[in-house]
Amino acid sequence: MSQEQKISDQTIQAPMPNLINDDMDFEIRSLDSMCINDSQQQHPWWYNFKYLTIGIVFGIVFVKAEIISWFRIQEMFRLQSFHMFGVIGTAVVVGMIGVALIKKFSIKTIHGESISFHPKKFNKGQVYGGLLFGMGWALTGACPGPLFAQIGTGALVISVVLASAIAGTWVYGYFREKLPH
Amino acid sequence: MEFLKQPWTWYAAGSIIGLIVPALLIFGNKHFGISSNMRHICAACFPANIAYFKYNWKKEIWNFFFVGGIIIGAMIAIHFLNTDRPIVVNQQLSSELAGYGVTDFSGTVPKQLFSFESLFTLRGFIMMVVGGFLVGFGTRYAGGCTSGHSIMGLSNLQVPSLIATCCFMAGGFIMANLILPFILRL
Repeated sequence: MSQEQKISDQTIQAPMPNLINDDMDFEIRSLDSMCINDSQQQHPWWYNFKYLTIGIVFGIVFVKAEIISWFRIQEMFRLQSFHMFGVIGTAVVVGMIGVALIKKFSIKTIHGESISFHPKKFNKGQVYGGLLFGMGWALTGACPGPLFAQIGTGALVISVVLASAIAGTWVYGYFREKLPH
Repeated sequence: MEFLKQPWTWYAAGSIIGLIVPALLIFGNKHFGISSNMRHICAACFPANIAYFKYNWKKEIWNFFFVGGIIIGAMIAIHFLNTDRPIVVNQQLSSELAGYGVTDFSGTVPKQLFSFESLFTLRGFIMMVVGGFLVGFGTRYAGGCTSGHSIMGLSNLQVPSLIATCCFMAGGFIMANLILPFILRL
């Protein structure tokens, strides 16, 4: 990290004493490690187009493998089709092999940074939140990824579902300290 | 091209999704996950002085690009790789749904359930607004969704992710089999 970046990070953090950090009482990292950026490197904004490209591939798979279909999700939860179990199962196995290889050979990123992994800690939120999310998944027929893909296919009414999901996220943030974890 | 237009098999789709996990790690040390985008949106647009939304969301901009890609990918698939053939649904499910007046299997979402008109019916409101709320609230409470826990977490052999995944499934089974029939009857 260059001197300049260090200074800018400090100025960002200085006026926000409540900024989320690792020392919070119930293990913020284990609650929220997904999607938190672990890279310490700073790149020009257009470097993000590599993630756009990966997203495009993901979006095509979502549609072509019918993962975003409300009907496929109903079949999954009624044990009427193997399709979704096959998709998730294969993805987990391939992902496991990928992560194992990265760890075994200490593979670095294309920018030469070492790849970091963080263990998750158990908290009751994974049970309560998991059950609530599962219910929402069966109702809407979509987890968060497919919500975006459904909007992309032209089902514009799903933007209402997405807006409601964002509202749900906000309400969780508001009541977070009062909820059992 | 004809080959790509067929519905893709579970093993092809699963393999590609599985490869996204190491791809994101190798391209920039990013952990696969989607639901936290909704947290970043809250942090960017309505932080409201809530500690949970006070962090440097600009560092997570890559994730907006990622879901932007998902939307574009879905557009590409629907416009250039589409066959207009209705989805083949399990016989048992289609006859059950017919009992609730759901007979159109042409779209990714059933048009008879998810439309702007049905939004103002009790059934549509529960399925779209309450359902969406549960997705947003539940994923953050659980700390991840299908991608963050079930795929990334399990790939990294995390027991909490296995617990979360089992609870996702349990919640879904309860809703689809025990509660949804009553909602669909509304």
